Order: sequence, then C-alpha cells, then structure tokens
Amino acid sequence: MSRRVRLREIAHARSGDKGNCSNVCVFLYDGDHYGAVGEQLTGEFLKRRFGMLFTGDIARYELPELHAYNFVLQNALEGGVNESLNLDGHGKSWSSLILGVEVDV
Amino acid sequence: MVGDDTFRLGTGAGFSADRLDPAVDLVERGQLDAIVFECLGERTLAFAYRDRAADPDRGYTPLLEKRMRAILPGAIANGVRIITNMGAANAPRAAEITRDIARKLGLSGVRIAYIEGDDVSEGVAPDTPLWEGMTVGEVGRNFIGAHAYLGADALMPALESDAQVIITGRVADPSLFVAPLRHHFGWSGDDWPILGAGTVVGHLMECAGQITGGYFADPGYKNISGLAGLGFPIAEVRHDGRACITKLPRTGGAVDARTVKEQLLYEVHDPARYLTPDVCADFSGVCIEASAPDRVAVSGAGGAPAPHAYKLTVAFDGGYLAEAGISYAGPGAQARAELAGQVVEERMASVHGSNAPLRVDVIGAASLHATTGRYHDAAEDVRLRCALRASSVEQAELLLWEVESLLCCGPAGGGGYRGNITPSVITYSASMARERVTTRTEILTT
Repeated sequence: MSRRVRLREIAHARSGDKGNCSNVCVFLYDGDHYGAVGEQLTGEFLKRRFGMLFTGDIARYELPELHAYNFVLQNALEGGVNESLNLDGHGKSWSSLILGVEVDV
Repeated sequence: MVGDDTFRLGTGAGFSADRLDPAVDLVERGQLDAIVFECLGERTLAFAYRDRAADPDRGYTPLLEKRMRAILPGAIANGVRIITNMGAANAPRAAEITRDIARKLGLSGVRIAYIEGDDVSEGVAPDTPLWEGMTVGEVGRNFIGAHAYLGADALMPALESDAQVIITGRVADPSLFVAPLRHHFGWSGDDWPILGAGTVVGHLMECAGQITGGYFADPGYKNISGLAGLGFPIAEVRHDGRACITKLPRTGGAVDARTVKEQLLYEVHDPARYLTPDVCADFSGVCIEASAPDRVAVSGAGGAPAPHAYKLTVAFDGGYLAEAGISYAGPGAQARAELAGQVVEERMASVHGSNAPLRVDVIGAASLHATTGRYHDAAEDVRLRCALRASSVEQAELLLWEVESLLCCGPAGGGGYRGNITPSVITYSASMARERVTTRTEILTT
C-alpha cells in the first residue's frame, strides 16, 4: 500500500549554482525509497512541474551508494546571479522548491 | 614533516564574508598543519579588478586586515601555515599589508609568499571565443578583466620555501587544499587517483561551515545545535588520500554523513568528471561513513588526467542593479502591494520611458519562487520588492524614486521604504592554453 508524501518527509537536498546552471542534489534518508522516488522524480517530471523556471535541459546523475540523485538544470537561474532580478539569484532555494513536491512511496 | 602519516588541514573561511571566530579557534586549538581561507567568489575578483583600477593600492579582499590581525598570532605561535586567495586582484599589496600587520604584532622572521600570474587580462582580445558561443568583442559591454583558475602547481614553489603565509589571487578552490597535501606527502603531479582523492578533500572543505552544519539546518527535520557557535572543519588526511572530516570539541554544528553528502555534490555537475586544473576527479565511487560523533571517513575517489587548458573567467561591466521596497500589512495588504507594483510598472514606462528589465515581487505572497507560478492569496503582511537592471546610476535612481513616492501617492498604509543601488558585473568563461600562463612567487620577510 503506497502513501503520498512531500519529498521533504523522506529526503534532504542542497542546491548550488554555476553561471546560469543550477544543481540540486536530493538524498533519500532511507535507501528503500531510492527506486520508487527515482521512477517519479525525473528530469521530465521537474520540467513539467516547474518549466517556467527550469527552461533548459535537465540531466539526472544517479549515486545509488549515497541514495542520491543529482539534477543539473540548464538555464534555470533566470540568467544567473549576474543577470537575474530574482532576490535569490543563486537559486539557493531551489532545493526547498523540489522538496515541496509530492511522491508516492 | 614529509612521511608523517596524517596531515591536519583546516578551513578558516569559505567565502569573503565568512565568520572570523571559528578560524581563530582552529588556529589556537586545532593542532593544524595548515589552514586555508577561501575568500574569492566568481564575481568578487571582477570587483577587485575595478577597485585596483581606481586605486593601485587596493583590489585585495576587503576583510584582509581584520582576518590577518586575528589569525597571525595563533598561526605563527602554533606553526600553522596559512594558505589563502585573499590577494584577489592584488596579491603583492595583500602580502605587504600582511607583513606590516605581522610587524605591528611583534612577529619577527615571518615569511610571506605571494603568487602572481592568474591575471590574464592582457592575453584576452576582442576575438577571444567564450564558452557561451560569442567572442569577447561580441558581448557589447566594457571588458573589465580576465583571470585563469590556477592549480596546485602554482603553489608548489611557495610551499617548498619556508613561507608561513601564502597569498594568491585566483586558484581553483580545491587546489588550495590539494597543494599542501601534495607537498607534504610528495604526491606526484600526474598521480591522478591520489590527486582525485585530494580534490575530494578540497571540495568538501572549501566552503568551511557548509560541511559542519551550516547551510543545512531545517528545524524538525535536520536539527543542528549551536549554529551561532558553528565550528569550522578539520580534515585529517592520510598519505593514501583517505580522510576523516571532523571539527573541534565544544563547537556548534555537526559533521555527519548527511552534512558530508550534501557538500560532496554541492555545485557538482557530472560526479564522475569534476574538472580542476589538477585532475579530472571522480566522485561517483566515494564512500562516506560516520565513524564516531562528528567524525566522517571519506574514501574511494578516483581521478583521470587534468584538462589541457586553464579555465578563465572573463568579466564585463554589467551596469547597476536597483532594488527598492515598501511594506503593507493588515486586511487587503496583498492587494495593496500588487496595486503599488502596477503603479511602479506603469510610471517607469509612461513617465520615464524606461524599457530596462523590471521585476516586481510581493514578498510573503510570492517572490523567490514566483516564476513557477506558485502564489499565496490574501497574505496580510507583505513587502513589495521592485528590481531593475539599469545601465546608469541615473536610471537606477528613477526606480528608487518611484517606489519612495508611493509613500504619499500610492495605496493606503505603505511604510518602510528602503532602496539601494549595486554595481554589477557580468561574467563568462573561456579557455587558455597552459603554456600561455606564467606564474611567479615572491617572498617578503618581517
């Protein structure tokens, strides 16, 4: 029987920036959730959900030993810290944005 | 000390505005061999070039004097080598100032090395291609300068001298850590797996408190105690590159598998190919294991040959960022803030004929994530924030004026106007063949 939870309940995350590219790494607390979350939390999913912000390609790197997915989001910082008018020009809060999505586990 | 089994390496700063007291604690109690202060962000150096152009005696990191006054006594007394990029655009001047501070502190015989060669502005021309697809000339903005990310190689002559303080400009952040490890253990410059291991240590350490519980706490989910007294990290590194990350007893924060994992992938793209001037490091097989409270063992990194060219950051004048805000609270606050934002947009266009990029947020309803369309309704304590990219100070001032004039001419109950104008730089990346970059080392003595 699966249940629907916000990602924050089962994972932690951190975001970083390089130019106009953001990376958000997501770590499952419990390795048992790694596969199920991986099926749902894909680049396409993030693109569908937040496409107005994440305007470029999204790559996902898998680190199963660390129970981690690393998302690399091109053109996802509204021009980057040099050009963006967003108060959070580094996208430091993109990790929290992603932890807010719901997944079935 | 070559051959000693463990090298104790600390981080005293992870960015230019980092705290000072954790670094003082580390040099006094840490029994360190060396401490690294990483104080140079992507754009910080472009601003430093501008400072230096305005005054040849400036262009080093703003907190240099404060840091050196606080750190030097403990570091010199305890034999802790200081390695830092606080030289920014003016390493020679930073070294002179450090020498003068050491003299005033009564520290004699202190040797301070500085390294130059990262400033490659003269090697960049209008036809230099940028990674972003255009040439320098095609950017259409005033060129400020260009710097190369130097590697551990650049620090070796200074490390081989007996300099207690080593001051650089731009060096790749992990290389500031790889260099003393390479020197201490005698690692070869083409032993890629060991340089990969050293680079993992450097990468984990370069943001100081971000591995000891900073940029991490989330009450109720990731509780961290003592954030106000956050301890900065220590890496105990072995000759084979295996390391233990820890911090001093009686400091705040935490080092556990979660804090180390988050920092391992911080600002990383492909974990199997993390490029620095020293190595193409492979983080994909790294093993992270909490061995005791506040102790995490790190092993399993790999490495492949380093890139042939240096990465450059090329900086251009980006005009000014104008930001201004006014707050509304109580019933209808969000609607009043939204109306105020519409008034500013209308007047910037119709009265001032401005077509500069303008953004209007209602903080409390939607701001950081507003672009995604996520919006709260009927928030009752909000702040209108307007931001504009301006090409001149005069244009930037117009935005501040329009937001301030809302006090009398805008919606009911607006208060707390503030506005500021920040000069801006725009940076792009480029490559430069290693042979075209020459570094040199000078040593000053107190």
